[in-house]
Amino acid sequence: MALLEVTQLHAAYGQTRVLHGISFAMEAGSITTLLGANGAGKTTTLRALCAMVKTQGDIRFAGERIDGRATEDIVRLGIAHVPDGRGTFVNLTTEENLRLGAYTRRDGEAVEADLERVYGYFPRLKERRAQQAGTLSGGEQQMLAVSRGLMLRPKLMLLDEPSFGLAPLVVRELFAILRAVNERERVSLLVVEQNAALALELADHAYLIETGRVVLSGTADEIKRNDAVRSSYLGY
Amino acid sequence: MEAFLHQVLAGLATGGIYASLALALVMIYQATHLVNFAQGEMAMFSTYIAWSLIDAGLPYWAAFALTVVIAFVLGVVIERVVIRPVENAPVLAVVVVFIALLVILNSVTGWIYTYTIKTFPSPFPEQPLFGIKYMSSHEMGAIGVTLAVLLLLYAFFRFTPLGLAMRAAAQNPESSRLVGIRVGWMLALGWGLAAAVGSVAGMMVAPIVYLDPNMMGGILLYAFAAALVGGVDNPGGAVFGGFLVGVLENVLGAFVIGNELKLAVALVLIIGVLVVRPSGFFGKVYVTRV
Ligand SMILES: Nc1ncnc2c1ncn2[C@@H]1O[C@H](COP(=O)(O)OP(=O)(O)OP(=O)(O)O)[C@@H](O)[C@H]1O
Ligand SMILES: [Mg+2]
Repeated sequence: MALLEVTQLHAAYGQTRVLHGISFAMEAGSITTLLGANGAGKTTTLRALCAMVKTQGDIRFAGERIDGRATEDIVRLGIAHVPDGRGTFVNLTTEENLRLGAYTRRDGEAVEADLERVYGYFPRLKERRAQQAGTLSGGEQQMLAVSRGLMLRPKLMLLDEPSFGLAPLVVRELFAILRAVNERERVSLLVVEQNAALALELADHAYLIETGRVVLSGTADEIKRNDAVRSSYLGY
Repeated sequence: MEAFLHQVLAGLATGGIYASLALALVMIYQATHLVNFAQGEMAMFSTYIAWSLIDAGLPYWAAFALTVVIAFVLGVVIERVVIRPVENAPVLAVVVVFIALLVILNSVTGWIYTYTIKTFPSPFPEQPLFGIKYMSSHEMGAIGVTLAVLLLLYAFFRFTPLGLAMRAAAQNPESSRLVGIRVGWMLALGWGLAAAVGSVAGMMVAPIVYLDPNMMGGILLYAFAAALVGGVDNPGGAVFGGFLVGVLENVLGAFVIGNELKLAVALVLIIGVLVVRPSGFFGKVYVTRV
């Protein structure tokens, strides 16, 4: 059974229809990426999964329908969303931001251990644990956003351009961490990335979205070899 | 000199009451960016409930505790039933709802209890506490109670997960939902807390100004002034503003402009702050990078 199964998903902002029947699925433990040009509807797709836009269609998580549920309830199923624009709580400290990531958890001791774990991943955050999060650099806030997502101990992580604003070296570190989290803890990842080469390196499956529709899908290797993808998204 | 000291200390006592009410205003303002004009009437209504409980024979502190709980529940219910439906309405519509709430609470109280002024008991002894003669025991007790409430609130928001979630929900509702915080309930909880704090202010001020349905009118004005002086988005500033306004009001009233013009102090402060420094003198400057 697929971990996530999306069928004929439509979404609109007011009168503006943005998704026109997107369908895709991902297996438990897999890494899937959504590719597409600016404005294709990648962010909207991720937002739709968390009930942050009005949708129509069928979304199943571990076999259960989740469309129509409230965002807060979807989080409780173990879906962490690292949003576009980072979603930092700018007036709270770094550590408070991280603790909020674990807000729904009741295993206090494990939360403390996870706090140390993400500080291990990103020592920069530990140095800045008492600092107002709004004063962190863009890259540090991006690390914070990913870490906040990890603090949920999610089954599925939705990552909207996790590499945005990060230096190349940090991006490599981040992707290594994501891969480790995926392999060791079997956290499934649904990644949206501007950097298609990077995303296809990480992912095992990919979907190409154009103006709110899936136009191509396959394993990451197949997509990498596709001529249209190569010329438009990989640039070689 | 002695008279001056007495006025300052008395000012601190009423200032604590303004501070509590200003804090209640700020708590709701931070979450909704709206000023709850009915905050004073909610406090007044709660104080009448306390009066009824004491009248029915409950010991003072039992009535006090029960009133705080009832006020809390009332605050939550008002948010859920009255405010929630107009959540996304234009600001002016919500202001009208606040004013309607104010008028309704006022007239319902008048209808139940009549507009006749009632005395309200103080839980503190007649003779001065610790032999201090500059302050009545009620003034000292009121300061103590106020400080205890402020300290409790501070600890709640600063050190508990629920307090953290409430701050988060007020600042960034969208991200809050994404970590699983039920933002709507946090708002309701905020209303409950604000109403509870207001009820304490009401019970502490009632022995001084006596109980009548219009008792909070002037006091709410001072609380507005306090919140504005402190920066309407800064709880600590609002508390400081409350004490400052209390002392200014008393000292200026006694020595400079006379008691009749005391309320003008609040108006002058409000207008002065709005003109000179709209963000208040302690208005937080958040450093934000995008
Ligand atoms: N809040 C909104 N109101 C109206 N239209 C919106 C809103 N958000 C997005 N859109 C529109 O929806 C379309 C898809 O946007 P979306 O953010 O999903 O694109 P994207 O694939 O994530 O693009 P990018 O790569 O630039 O992040 C765009 O045409 C955009 O203009
Ligand atoms: Mg996007």
